[in-house]
Amino acid sequence: MIEVISSGLYSSIQDLGRFNYEEFGVPNSGNMDKFSSILCNNLLKNKDSDAVMEITMTGPKLLFKNRTKICITGADLSPKINNGSIEMNKVHNIHEEDVLNFGKLNYGYRTYLAVKGGFITDKIMGSRSMYYPITEKQKLKNGEVLFTKKVKTYDNHSNKYVFDYDEHFKKKIIYVYPGPEFNKLNKKQIVNLTSSEFTISNNNNRMAYQLNELFQNDIDPIISSLVLSGTVQLTPSGKLIILMRDNQTCGGYPRILQLSEESINRLSQKHAGKKIKFQIIDY
Amino acid sequence: MSYLLTYKRFGKNSILIEWPNTIDEMILQSIIEYKSLIEKNIKNKSIINSYNSLLVSFNSLNNFQKTIDELKALYSKKKISEKLKFYRWYIPVCYENEFGSDLQDLEKKYNLDQEKIIKIHTAFNYKLYNIGFIPGFMYLGGLNKKIHFPRKRTPILDVKKGSVGIGGSHTGIYPHNSPGGWNIIGNSPVNLFNPNANPPCFIKPGDEVRFFTISKKDHKKIKSKVESNNYKLVKKLIND
Repeated sequence: MIEVISSGLYSSIQDLGRFNYEEFGVPNSGNMDKFSSILCNNLLKNKDSDAVMEITMTGPKLLFKNRTKICITGADLSPKINNGSIEMNKVHNIHEEDVLNFGKLNYGYRTYLAVKGGFITDKIMGSRSMYYPITEKQKLKNGEVLFTKKVKTYDNHSNKYVFDYDEHFKKKIIYVYPGPEFNKLNKKQIVNLTSSEFTISNNNNRMAYQLNELFQNDIDPIISSLVLSGTVQLTPSGKLIILMRDNQTCGGYPRILQLSEESINRLSQKHAGKKIKFQIIDY
Repeated sequence: MSYLLTYKRFGKNSILIEWPNTIDEMILQSIIEYKSLIEKNIKNKSIINSYNSLLVSFNSLNNFQKTIDELKALYSKKKISEKLKFYRWYIPVCYENEFGSDLQDLEKKYNLDQEKIIKIHTAFNYKLYNIGFIPGFMYLGGLNKKIHFPRKRTPILDVKKGSVGIGGSHTGIYPHNSPGGWNIIGNSPVNLFNPNANPPCFIKPGDEVRFFTISKKDHKKIKSKVESNNYKLVKKLIND
């Protein structure tokens, strides 16, 4: 059992997502950066699909009520157990009454905390990913209690990820496929789209990332059609909107680009003010 | 009726199939029939529809061209073996001003009596084209031109669950408290989305919705029945 003493800015329980309910308007949700969440589960020898805690920019303060093992990947938010710094990307043994909290954000945007066996929260429509109104809550609240499995024995040696995955946090390049309305763009627009840098706006969350720069647009809106996470929409006013994991399932803006899965993960680690550059790839 | 369709790859694992670019009941019918064929004949996929497209997604799409050929063959050759059943659902709505928060504004802005708006809104059957945007939101088409009211420029942050709205040429019901930009003319006590039910929405694309007026008192009564799982909507088979 874990008590959430304080929940931080935006912390939620997520797994790989909720599938096959898109026709009822239900987004896939799930971990924004699946590379980091799967890495976190793998280090603990959990299943890829076990639910983890996704922490955004400001960390929670958690009190562990029983023994377990944890691992932290993704953004480096200076994690500490009982006020002593601990390493990222490494398995740590946790004792009863241990307190985990976080400090300064050193790199990235979203941190993943996995516990041995995963978080045991309500599974609705095949997933524990928090998304209102499918789950009762959109994010964790102060004072709530989370259930986990008990661990009987600790490891003597701890798994650690030794490869450097710095690029995942630092690289600006976002790989995109042409979207369904890509062919409505003219040559100048395509050059513009792939040669300029774009800045992530303050308007960014699990649903969508808006970009600051206005893009010259003369494409008409379309009849409301289907979109995916990673779809880049172009609004009539020239704003670019990149849909993320809690995306709406349809929309009436032209869908000019589609992010690769790897690039959705990469973008999830970037916050307001960070620059990105699109690079078009083939299927 | 057979349409000229286009097939596009959309993302690594999805195929977008597009019909002519208009909102039309015949096109919807064609989409729903094709959707049903794909559901029965193609494995390991999920499929959703909009006004003029289908999106077929796979766990992994290894052979794009082969899959497209399979899909095309299905569209040209096969007929649906069993007839699909569609229903008209009768949905109670209270249009009193406590619920229809934008009715007074609409009356002034468009010089149209509130009563007239309600009368027109309850006089037609609306086709459900697709569910989406947020879970359980139904896009209902077939709204009379006199009550096409453009969406608000800035969405309201807290539209109440059950609010019945008009957004341009469409009407719909907000299935949860949510932000929204449609003009609110009433409220229905009916629950339209239940994440614990299978399927979570009982009304499906191709079905119709007809609204009827209820008083504030009835709204309260029906709401408590809905909460205790004791309310049954009237429905009628429409394609006998």
